[in-house]
Amino acid sequence: MTTVRITINGTAQKHDVEDRTLLIHYIRENSRLTGAHIGCDTSNCGACTVLLNGEAVKSCTVLAVQADGEEVTTVEGISGNFNGLSAVQEGFRQEHGLQCGYCTPGMVMACTALLKENPKPSEHEIRHALEGNICRCTGYEMIVNSVRWASEHGDAQ
Amino acid sequence: MSLVGARVLRKEDPSLLTGHGRFVDDFAPINTAFAQFVMSDQAHAKILSIDISETLKMPGVLGVWTAADFTSFPNLPGGLPDLERPLLAHDRVRWAGEPVAIVVAENRYQAADAIPTVVVNYETLDAVTNVDEATAPGAPLLFESENSNVLTKVPMLDDLEKHFSKSHGRAHLRIVNQRCAVVPIETVGCLADWTQEGLTLWATTQAPHHLRNKLASWLDVSQNLCRVVAPDVGGGFGAKIVWYPEFFVAPLLSKWLRRPVKFVQTRSEAMVQMTHGRDQVHEIEVGFEKNGKINALRMVISQNLGAFGDPTGLGLAVLTGWMAAGCYKIPHVSTSFRTVVTNTTPVAAYRGAGRPEATFSIERIIDLVALRTGIDPVKVRQLNFIQPKEFPYETHNEAVVYDSGDFPQALDECLRLLDYDAIKAEQARNLHDKTKPLIGIGFSCWLEIAGFGPNGSLEGFGHLASWESAQIRIAPDGSATVFIGSSPHGQGHETFVAQIASDELGIPFERISVIHGDTATVIQGIGTMGSRGVPTVGSAVKVSSERLMVRAKKIAAHLLEASESDIEVKDNAFNVRGTPGKKVSWSDVATTSFQPLRLPPELQAGTLEERLFHESPNFSYPSGAYACVVEVDRRTGKTKIRNMIVVDDCGTVINPLLAEGQVHGGVAQGIAQALFEQVSYDPSSGQPITANLIDYLIPSAPDMPNYTAGRITTLCPNNPLGAKGIGESGAVGSPPAVVNAIVNALSSFGVEHIDMPVTPEKVWHAMNGRKNS
Repeated sequence: MTTVRITINGTAQKHDVEDRTLLIHYIRENSRLTGAHIGCDTSNCGACTVLLNGEAVKSCTVLAVQADGEEVTTVEGISGNFNGLSAVQEGFRQEHGLQCGYCTPGMVMACTALLKENPKPSEHEIRHALEGNICRCTGYEMIVNSVRWASEHGDAQ
Repeated sequence: MSLVGARVLRKEDPSLLTGHGRFVDDFAPINTAFAQFVMSDQAHAKILSIDISETLKMPGVLGVWTAADFTSFPNLPGGLPDLERPLLAHDRVRWAGEPVAIVVAENRYQAADAIPTVVVNYETLDAVTNVDEATAPGAPLLFESENSNVLTKVPMLDDLEKHFSKSHGRAHLRIVNQRCAVVPIETVGCLADWTQEGLTLWATTQAPHHLRNKLASWLDVSQNLCRVVAPDVGGGFGAKIVWYPEFFVAPLLSKWLRRPVKFVQTRSEAMVQMTHGRDQVHEIEVGFEKNGKINALRMVISQNLGAFGDPTGLGLAVLTGWMAAGCYKIPHVSTSFRTVVTNTTPVAAYRGAGRPEATFSIERIIDLVALRTGIDPVKVRQLNFIQPKEFPYETHNEAVVYDSGDFPQALDECLRLLDYDAIKAEQARNLHDKTKPLIGIGFSCWLEIAGFGPNGSLEGFGHLASWESAQIRIAPDGSATVFIGSSPHGQGHETFVAQIASDELGIPFERISVIHGDTATVIQGIGTMGSRGVPTVGSAVKVSSERLMVRAKKIAAHLLEASESDIEVKDNAFNVRGTPGKKVSWSDVATTSFQPLRLPPELQAGTLEERLFHESPNFSYPSGAYACVVEVDRRTGKTKIRNMIVVDDCGTVINPLLAEGQVHGGVAQGIAQALFEQVSYDPSSGQPITANLIDYLIPSAPDMPNYTAGRITTLCPNNPLGAKGIGESGAVGSPPAVVNAIVNALSSFGVEHIDMPVTPEKVWHAMNGRKNS
């Protein structure tokens, strides 16, 4: 067991974890934040995407001990001016960028990271930025539109 | 303003977008243990012994159970008598991935640690993975009692040779509609908690009541003590209709261990344990005249069932045979099918379930007729279409009477969006310009059977019945709760049901809640499958709302001292027509409905509740015309979809946003089948070689095109909404459009057919005169 101190969504937390504990399991089972999901075991699907010190990572490929002392942001930790939703979240609502909602928290975090880095992405840039996130419901066009909506309405964070 | 037809944003979204969705694995009651299967690593073998002694010593292990511990329980429900799937494999394993034991530990890490310590001794048997191998003389048998791997067979009554022989020409194709993995992003999981008050099972299911009824019977407990909850479900696409063994074993483990037990597949487990889709082989032949008119169609269908006949899997070929002729008026149609077991993951429904297979074959052979006659594929389609005035149209099967449609109009709209002549001109220019990619144009005029269904239709797949239920309750403040039997997994039921109810009740959308997916609160339900949501539960909501409103108006008339016939509902209030200002609010009427002293004498307290089990007189038949334009790279064989035009006819659209989402998602899965996806097995060992998402290619955003969506509307005459359903349309319609486009691009190489997935390698071989295996 190793003690890790991770700041999740602005709250400092301390837990004892096995060294092999994946960050996604730490977030879901130690921190009890269940927004980020698990969709595969090969880091292909991106359902577990969170921000680690502001950068999008697949939290199934990070050990909790590697995040010791770092800051993690999950979908529960973002908000904005659209009835409490961020522009990305509101964009997904406006453009029907989600159906079952299982991949959505990971998608939202990947899109949040994209717009932080590139506030006015082209369609090509959006599609390639989301290459590591699989959605089985939408066929992607409405996700692209969602990101575009967020880009046009600012407030991306 | 009517909400039906309006682009209303979803009720479901705020929770799902903020991480507050509740999926099965998100539930974690105190003291939950974790269960995981030991899977067979053999495709076909006898089990000689199972040694769990080391496993029991592993840290955190609470127990290990094998088939020997469940001998007092029957096999899993459904399937053919005496050939049902066992809970756990006992004397033999029939596919690599079949569960042979279950380990329960304190957490998922300890369960995973313990799995490899279970030692199973096998005697390996020869394995068969496809229909050809399984039906070859001397093939190893999965069920020796049957003397054959063919489980069911419906023979061809008439080979139609007399009609073929009179035809100008005949065209034949052997088409392999490959096996696909369904891959909802949430795998299958469940959480069982069996306490003194009874069992609660949270499960990833499309049909919670369906599961509850079978589960209670299997466990031999009464249904009131067996609650199944489908919370948020992360996609299903057919694979979550199935009665998986974990749903049956987890409750027992919870009972025996006296603590909650959770089971959640890893993706690698899901790739071999969750049912697959498609996997049919067709021999299709048509006889045609010089002008392109088709006289006769014969289709011989072989369905690979996988290792067991799933109740849905057994029915897929039936649907394929029914829909064999698509949207064409073919005077003579004859079909046959056989279902065959192999040493592979069981096959069940996957978005479209038998209809994409039918559509693919008829749409491919129409193009072959065009090629042989030299007539434009559009003209061949137009010449053979069933005409709008011919509905209801009786097909070659008495169960199948097409309800309505306008195939010529749908194709015209598709051609308009495509600008066919301009693309054809560009195609001709590019053909001889080696610096440009080859261009191909493909069409798919498709028709599917949906809205399941009339009485008797779902019973054939093991369901209780074929209706769908809705129950509406008005609260004392005039807000409404609608309980529905159809439980969604992404379709947006909470939104479209509230739209329909709002229109009928005159209660604002925001004041209507929709409850689903819990057998403790929803009286009965069938489920969400077969593009049935809007036609069935939507109709139930509409009609029960209308019936409730008769009594609500009676109360309002009583309060207003007006005639019932003069009451109209507007702006959340009951108004007297022609007397402005004379009105009573919905909340007054609702409050009154609970107050006997204020009610009209013929009504009783609680009268504003209504329920209906909506029965459908017929299926519905969504249709459409799709076109695909591809560019094929001459050097690499890589296909790029330049344009995907999708014109749908689903009858009445409740919410265009949701309808478009359903079409996009279905089209994407169809394109994925056409270009990328295939479950493969090593033919000698029967080992799966696409058992994770590295080896099985699910397309992501850069792989997919944009979609140009169009719409025509012919109303469904068989339900009060006029809606046909839309969940499966895209997956039914799109694969042949894509493949027809590629074959069209390669026509100068003499290519007549390429099986899916049409990979760059296959295209390259086709362009370079090599045979595709």
